[in-house]
Amino acid sequence: MNSFPYLTVLLLIPIGAAAALLFVPGKYKKLIHIVSVVTSVAVFGFSALILDEFKSGVAGYQMTTVHSWFGSLGIQYSLGIDGISLFLVLMTTLLFPIALAGANEKKNTKSFVIWTLLLEAACLGSFLATDLLLFFIFFEATLVPVYFLIVQFGYERRGYAAVKFFVYTFLGSAFLLVGILALAFIHQSQTHVLTFNVTQLANTHLDSMAEVLLFLAFTAAFAVKAPIFPFHSWSPDAYSESPTSGSILLAGVMAKLGSYGVIRFDLGLFPHAVVMLAPLFLTLGAIGIIYGGIVAAKQKNLKRLVAYSSLAHLGFIIMGAFALSNESVSGAVLQMLNHGIYTAALFLLIAMIYRRRGTHLLSGMSGMQKSAPILAAVFILMVMASIGVPGLNGFVGEFLILAGTFITHRWWAVVGVLGVVVAAVYLLWAYQQVFHGPEKGDHIESEPKDLTMKEGMVLAPLVILVILLGVYPKPFLDRITPSVDKLITHVEQKSHVNLPIPAQPTALSVKAFPLVSIGQRVQSITELSGPRPSLLSTGINNSGGDTKSCRNYMWSPPAHQVSLPSISCQVGIS
Amino acid sequence: MITGVIAAQALHLPHVNYTTIMPELILLGGMLVLLLVSALFKKALPRDFYATSVVGVGVASLIASLVLYHDVASHGPFTAIAHSIDIDGFSVLFLTLVSCIMIVYPFFAHAYLQREGLDGVEFFALPLISGAGAMFMASANDLILIFLGLEILSLPLYVMAGMDQRREASGEAAMKYFIMGAFSSAIFLYGMALTYGATGSLNLAEISAFLAKNYIFGNGVLLAGMGLLLIGFLFKIAAVPFHYWSPDVYQGSPTIATGFMAAIAKAGAFAAMIRVFMATFPTLASDWQPLLWVIVVLTTLFGAVVALVQKDVKRMLAYSSINQAGFILLGLQADTSKGIGASLYYVFIYSFLILGTFAVVAIAGARGDAIHDIDDLRGYAKSHPFLATSLAIFLVAQAGAPFTTGFLAKLQVVTAAIDAHSYALAVIAMISAAIATGFYLRIVYVMFGDGTDTRVSVPAEKEVYSVSPLGQLGVSPWLFTGIVLCLSVTILFGFWPQPLVDFATHAKLLFV
Repeated sequence: MNSFPYLTVLLLIPIGAAAALLFVPGKYKKLIHIVSVVTSVAVFGFSALILDEFKSGVAGYQMTTVHSWFGSLGIQYSLGIDGISLFLVLMTTLLFPIALAGANEKKNTKSFVIWTLLLEAACLGSFLATDLLLFFIFFEATLVPVYFLIVQFGYERRGYAAVKFFVYTFLGSAFLLVGILALAFIHQSQTHVLTFNVTQLANTHLDSMAEVLLFLAFTAAFAVKAPIFPFHSWSPDAYSESPTSGSILLAGVMAKLGSYGVIRFDLGLFPHAVVMLAPLFLTLGAIGIIYGGIVAAKQKNLKRLVAYSSLAHLGFIIMGAFALSNESVSGAVLQMLNHGIYTAALFLLIAMIYRRRGTHLLSGMSGMQKSAPILAAVFILMVMASIGVPGLNGFVGEFLILAGTFITHRWWAVVGVLGVVVAAVYLLWAYQQVFHGPEKGDHIESEPKDLTMKEGMVLAPLVILVILLGVYPKPFLDRITPSVDKLITHVEQKSHVNLPIPAQPTALSVKAFPLVSIGQRVQSITELSGPRPSLLSTGINNSGGDTKSCRNYMWSPPAHQVSLPSISCQVGIS
Repeated sequence: MITGVIAAQALHLPHVNYTTIMPELILLGGMLVLLLVSALFKKALPRDFYATSVVGVGVASLIASLVLYHDVASHGPFTAIAHSIDIDGFSVLFLTLVSCIMIVYPFFAHAYLQREGLDGVEFFALPLISGAGAMFMASANDLILIFLGLEILSLPLYVMAGMDQRREASGEAAMKYFIMGAFSSAIFLYGMALTYGATGSLNLAEISAFLAKNYIFGNGVLLAGMGLLLIGFLFKIAAVPFHYWSPDVYQGSPTIATGFMAAIAKAGAFAAMIRVFMATFPTLASDWQPLLWVIVVLTTLFGAVVALVQKDVKRMLAYSSINQAGFILLGLQADTSKGIGASLYYVFIYSFLILGTFAVVAIAGARGDAIHDIDDLRGYAKSHPFLATSLAIFLVAQAGAPFTTGFLAKLQVVTAAIDAHSYALAVIAMISAAIATGFYLRIVYVMFGDGTDTRVSVPAEKEVYSVSPLGQLGVSPWLFTGIVLCLSVTILFGFWPQPLVDFATHAKLLFV
């Protein structure tokens, strides 16, 4: 076991830099900006080192650090990284330098840079924390920097947007805090140990009602943060009124705090409730996909359009998380990374268009392709990735999610596929309006027409990743899948215990227990023998051969297993 | 005949162990010396002298409190002076807190007087009396002594509220505060009388012992007494529905007096209230807990919602402090030692938060507390970066942002509530906290959001402080020191909470 505290150092670099910059006089804007970019690049470099240290194929937490922090309440400073958080951490460390380099905040650079670096530390802390209260603290700590970023550097309606954002998310967190404490005390009453450690709390015995309530309390916070469909009304305002970097970080990184919370904590701590309420959240995800797409199609403001498209894409991620198959959850984790990359790129490109045209309104731009062909090319690439065109990163994630959802919840997957079509409609429509047609709208004379070198360099890593992830996702999935498999196994074991499973299920008895599908699948898997085909291995070239807990019996089930799983699947849907 | 009775019952003066009331004596003695010295000199003494002296007095009483702490730690808690004074972890914590308030306050008072161009001993002598009153309330083991402490605490505050004779609002505030205070004192006295009637004693420990031993059939008198005592306390801490004096008083008083009042009155009243309800009426918990449940709901929600629509910073902070009082009550409502520890921690850190907040608001208010509209703070971050940043920190800490004491305070009271299975109450309180962020952030937005300083006149403090090296930050050395003290408490114990939490959780009541 390597004892070097990688994760703590990762957190300390941005904090230290922010503290140091506090003492640099605000007039050295260039210097402050350069230091911040160098720092965030260093953080990225360091996280690459962590990637190198990370052992693929290991499911549990790695590079853990545990210190007692607040003894009387049992709060620990405990960090760890696993396949679910690894790429979120990397995405965070990648997007921050891009946001910093892509930003050109002329006034008050110092405060901008310091808040951004603090936000980076808070986001990383949220992804790394393995203590629930520590997670909560970091989760809350992200709010303050974002608030100041919006308030100081946002557009016209920033005051309204910032307060709306803060109050909405804080309200969600209020339930989360109560939920965390209640869970810890229930655990304490059973084991006489007051702890907030995620792994230990996962073994708490909860009765059905308590588990559902706690699940809802947790999900309230995550649903607002992500956002999931009916809780999204803050996000278009906050995304569109934020400065560019704020939009990138809100949509790219902070939205993932919500979906990460769902996968890490909801699935890990309340498996029974997740299984029980999965149809509800699958439906919300599906509504988000369709609703976000339709509303995005009607937007006149390019930033709001991307905000609503984010809602749709988060719908996919939520759907994947609640479909509870290995493929869908792996896909959801991968899609978090994907979405971060192309949404960040889209917001950057919008900022670059704004620089040239001085507007976010679609009506104010037209025919930019003539004057800025490279900009147009990068934009269409990101649009294609966002739609989910094969060969680009969006496809891999969405395919895994939809395929995984199809196994367990067929009709939701069908609705989800429609979302891809809708995405094509609004994104291509937007592309047409901005880049095709007669060139109109005033180009700001002082600005360059096409992409500059600097802008190209900021976009380059994102372009590379979009293609790399689309063509060769194997190294990513290799690291994600073991942790996801472990999580799904945990969900199945736990919900298996809670659910009544008929010994010899017939079509009739299965109907009597409509929620039983997962438990039955476990049963059927344990009966399976011989090599099991894997969707991951047949669908996309990755992870190779025999995946242990892949339950893709629909592909080529052994003869004696044919009837049972197909029944359970249909029941699960009805 | 009468003389015979008196002679027969010779007055037994109790043995007075002066070390047990040393902090109080230091404050009162310091006050007397200050008044005497100021009377001896014809010319007004410089405010530097007064401020330094009060800081010195505060430090001395802090040392005396720590000596008592040492006594309690080594010999355990004890009572003194005919069992009317309790020296336990609980009272020592409050003695320490009040001493700390006494140390911090003069820095702000000095800055305020400098801004106003005033000299005079009153702003330094009166708080010392108040502080002694709060200390008596915290260590009293007798309803009479609590009442005396309450009056000693309150009377100087009435005067301080009305100190600004150039503004009518100040006089109005003093009058309102005085009448309401007198009214609540009367209610409190009546509660004492009824409690005495029901139990035959005014000593808290004796009442508690009596209630533990005897079951009172038809305990209407006792319940009425307890209810009236509760109302008396709720008046002092401005809990809904007994809050209506506080916005006017907060707004009308000289701002620096408001800050002091908010800190010291809450500390004293909560100390006595927690002791009375936890140590004296634990057997009646099933009667007062539901009452407090309702009060907490009303106080947290009402304070948060009404604060949202305020236009005046001081009024908004008055409602905010109502909301915060609800949170402190949340810990008491739990009726557990964890809850008490949480409430104590809350009171402790809140005193510094509110002192710091009002200090900045006072300085921002310009000469004569003329401008206290929230819109007047527009662009304050540009003109006064240090003050605006400090105020922002105090406000987000009150809102409960992580890595500040405000977060840990909220965390602990909510933990206590959940530990006592009051889930609904915890959720309601947290919702009120979410609503409250709306108005805290409104001030922050006004200060930091774009826009220039729209104030007509040049801020008065600029003229005064331009000579000092800190003039560029817009603060005097005194103000700077005071704010840094409050900030360091807020942030240091936000990151490293254990010592303060230990102090608060070890603050056990003697008779529980």
